[in-house]
Amino acid sequence: MKRRTLLASAAVALAMTGTAFAADEKTKVGFVYVGPIGDGGWTYEHDKGRLAVEAELGDKVETVYQENVPEGADAERVMTQMALSGADLIFTTSFGYMDPTINVAAKFPDVKFEHATGYKQADNVAVYSARFYEGRAVQGHIAGKMTKTNKIGYIASFPIPEVIRGINSAFIHAKKVNPDVEFSIVWAYTWFDPAKEADAAQALIEQGADVILQHTDSTAPQAAAEAAGNVITFGQASDMAEFGPFPRVSSIIDDWAPYYIARTKAVMDGTWSSTNTWDGIGPGMVKIGEISDAVPADVKAEALAMVDALGDGSYHAFTGPINKQDGSAWLAEGETADDGTLAGMSFYVEGITGDIPN
Amino acid sequence: MDLSSINPVLLIASLMVSATPILLAAIGELVVEKSGVLNLGVEGMMITGAICGFAIGVNTGSPVLGFMFAALCGALLSLAFGILTQYLLSNQVATGLGLTLVGLGLSSLIGKPYEGIKSPTLQKMELPILSDIPIFGPMLFSHDPMVYLSVALIAATWAVLKYTRVGLVLRAVGESHDAAHALGYKVVRIRIMAILFGGACAGMAGAYISLVRVPQWTEGMTAGAGWIALAIVVFASWKPWRVMIGAYLFGGVTVLQLNLQAAGAKVPIEVLSMSPYLITILVLVIISARGNHGAPAALGKIFHASR
Amino acid sequence: MIRLEKRAQPSQFWTLATPFLAVILTMIAGGIMFAALGSDPFEAIRVIFWDPLFSEQFSAYSRPQLLVKAGPLILIAIGLSLGFRAGIWNIGAEGQYIIGAICGAGMGLAFYPTESFIIFPLMIMAGALGGWAWAMIPAVLKTRFGTNEILVSLMLVYVAEAWLASVSSGLLKNPDGMGFPGSRNLQQYPAAANTEVIAGTGMHYGVLTALIAVIFAYVLFSRHMLGFQIRLAGEAPRAARFAGVNPKRIVFLCLGLAGALAGMAGMYEVSGPAGQITIDFNSGYGFTAIIVAFLGRLHPVGILFAGLLMALTYIGGELASLMLGIPAAAIQLFQGMLLFFLLATDVFINFRIRLSTGEVA
Repeated sequence: MKRRTLLASAAVALAMTGTAFAADEKTKVGFVYVGPIGDGGWTYEHDKGRLAVEAELGDKVETVYQENVPEGADAERVMTQMALSGADLIFTTSFGYMDPTINVAAKFPDVKFEHATGYKQADNVAVYSARFYEGRAVQGHIAGKMTKTNKIGYIASFPIPEVIRGINSAFIHAKKVNPDVEFSIVWAYTWFDPAKEADAAQALIEQGADVILQHTDSTAPQAAAEAAGNVITFGQASDMAEFGPFPRVSSIIDDWAPYYIARTKAVMDGTWSSTNTWDGIGPGMVKIGEISDAVPADVKAEALAMVDALGDGSYHAFTGPINKQDGSAWLAEGETADDGTLAGMSFYVEGITGDIPN
Repeated sequence: MDLSSINPVLLIASLMVSATPILLAAIGELVVEKSGVLNLGVEGMMITGAICGFAIGVNTGSPVLGFMFAALCGALLSLAFGILTQYLLSNQVATGLGLTLVGLGLSSLIGKPYEGIKSPTLQKMELPILSDIPIFGPMLFSHDPMVYLSVALIAATWAVLKYTRVGLVLRAVGESHDAAHALGYKVVRIRIMAILFGGACAGMAGAYISLVRVPQWTEGMTAGAGWIALAIVVFASWKPWRVMIGAYLFGGVTVLQLNLQAAGAKVPIEVLSMSPYLITILVLVIISARGNHGAPAALGKIFHASR
Repeated sequence: MIRLEKRAQPSQFWTLATPFLAVILTMIAGGIMFAALGSDPFEAIRVIFWDPLFSEQFSAYSRPQLLVKAGPLILIAIGLSLGFRAGIWNIGAEGQYIIGAICGAGMGLAFYPTESFIIFPLMIMAGALGGWAWAMIPAVLKTRFGTNEILVSLMLVYVAEAWLASVSSGLLKNPDGMGFPGSRNLQQYPAAANTEVIAGTGMHYGVLTALIAVIFAYVLFSRHMLGFQIRLAGEAPRAARFAGVNPKRIVFLCLGLAGALAGMAGMYEVSGPAGQITIDFNSGYGFTAIIVAFLGRLHPVGILFAGLLMALTYIGGELASLMLGIPAAAIQLFQGMLLFFLLATDVFINFRIRLSTGEVA
């Protein structure tokens, strides 16, 4: 039986037409979004990046986007159509777009692709992600200092390295300032389901948690904390400032704008190359939302000092000694975690109770 | 694991809040189905109610007005379904699914200016005297008004269906539209009224999510609650009080599984997250094994008064 | 006053004409909406309906994609139409689709990296069996305990979704995937890849199966006793019983076939266009297929066209959003309108409109 890769022959013909249409003086930048722009979180922030590109580069660029693109076959089609329509640079903003991005990139060697949060590169595919765990470290510090019940609730989405990294980072820094602190982790198995997130927050609060950290996108946990009255929260993915100064005392914000502008410029002046970017607080990809006055002044000062230290690289959020959950040694005194281990993190650090579901 | 950290009083109090959107939407759908119409567009009407209620709540500062407007919008949207299925005799299943598409699309178009705004929300209404009762007070009588309203709606629907002429006619239409028509009842008009009631309830259910539960507007925020409401009506065998049992059971298991996780129970998480669905199926199997299926006989069938 | 009068026989003219009428009405209403949103309505309509098929820039790519998108919809809808005709309300095809994908991919991955021609057929069987087994749950509960299949099949969608999330971060996780969730990519495992039967047409094995299913269903309903029994069970259950139709057998058959076809659709999708099992692998084909089944008036040939039309609005909608910046929500609303008009105009097939002279209806 003669098997051929799906659409292989069509692709060759298409790749040629694709470049023909790309011969336009404006640089066309495409964005593929996994959610709606109005999700107020992940996709919303990526779209802010897109708008920043337009604002910065004016009529030298044209941006196009597609919302609500399911991962898999649909993503591959959307990317191909974008490339066919003459896009010079395409940002694909969800982990699940990894293989489709690689597939489409192989068909359009002259179009540059940028895949968020993945690990597969090619000559015309760069990858980028943000070190959100740096922000989690700051949250952990504030949480550890401010909790009175010593119980911190964590609403997690799915057991993937990104989420596990955040839990570990927050726990390490909470524990450092408050040895009695405990984490209660609830896996919501969703990125976005306000009702379920509200229930999860409620359950944690009722069981004595007075700090709620969330790795899901809706503001429902904020509202639950506000109703409870004595619980603090942190904004996730976007600032959620409307819940400040209390219960929301700070937040982690994804700021993709500087990266998107820089990469678009690189395509314009022909200096673009396939890179692997993993930026944190320093280059401004991760921002810490304003720490409100509900946080005591000394804690706020410490938190800001930590932000600076993480930003200038003098401090790494995963600095030894750190043991794994089973007690085995992971990082020795003063040793910092390597990016490979962090990228694929699938274990809890010592002190966290419970198992990672799989 | 520390199960003693789960407080049953708080658990029941929070499951009542958690179940309220499903309860509201389900009681509306029950009336619709009792009249013999299957409207699968609950999700679409809910999300439309969510944004309409939110918009009015923000602009007027009054969540009560928001709820009223949400009911109106839900009813208006359901009118589209009513006209299509009752006058143009379209297929109810497909029209209902289409209504969901329309509702989702429409709501996010309307909602663009309202992203990232916080709305005024309902205050808790501690019922005098009753809320002072130990245990039961904080458990049952310290909620926001919509929780009481949802329970009152159940009671009212039950009483109307069981004891009034209106209820009798509605049921007759749902059991056999031809017979009801022969008796001189206006089948189409009665069904339209039922559909409007269902739309209004779904609209309020959506507004409960955007004005009380979250309270904020984001696209797709009902996240499938409308489908659960549909399932609860079936679960209830089309009986009002059982809708309440079903909604509270579903909400209860959801809240309990999250509580168990928070308490560190040694149960696989995926089993816990499946549990609300599995337990609902299980309980329905037990109920139905005892033989009691009250699906209205004319459910989903197209009526045309041929002479 | 206007009233409807039932035709003695369905109008042949309107059976063929209503889809065109509905599309024209949708173009008008949708055009007004697009204009209100600030886009050029004529351009928008052209991009949605014309460009995917005939534009020089896109059609070479999007025409095959039409089949890729329509294939699973048609395959699932054919299965569902059997049940809907028999009055069995399986609205959980999405769950059967997921389980079929998990079983099919699991079968393939179990052999990794062996190369053998037998693997792909085994995967098809595993996918079909998985979907079948998932649909058997409501079937058994319905026949044994009288449990309503709407609730059971719908609830099982959520159970399947939770299981999907679990296997993609556990059992089927790619061991070389750096700890990220998601299985190995079956496109890169030739023995397990669902490739095109004729290269460059988009016609992969799933589309082929869908076409076979259309023919099979057509023969079943027009020529076969069983097809008659299914229809009878739906339209006149009592008469069916007198005619010796075993209602339980019909339930098992209809749900089982629908499950197997949905399971196969999931398997073809995961091994071909999608490539891998991920947390969000399912994208609503099982629910959209319900719409397709009714748009096609539960008739196999109708379903074929309805599936292609739905696929066209998806692909055209994507192009409109890409080229003209129309929000995804407006496209969704547009699809809803099309659906409404298609359903509404169907009334002309069985009824004629009469202006009556004021007598009370």
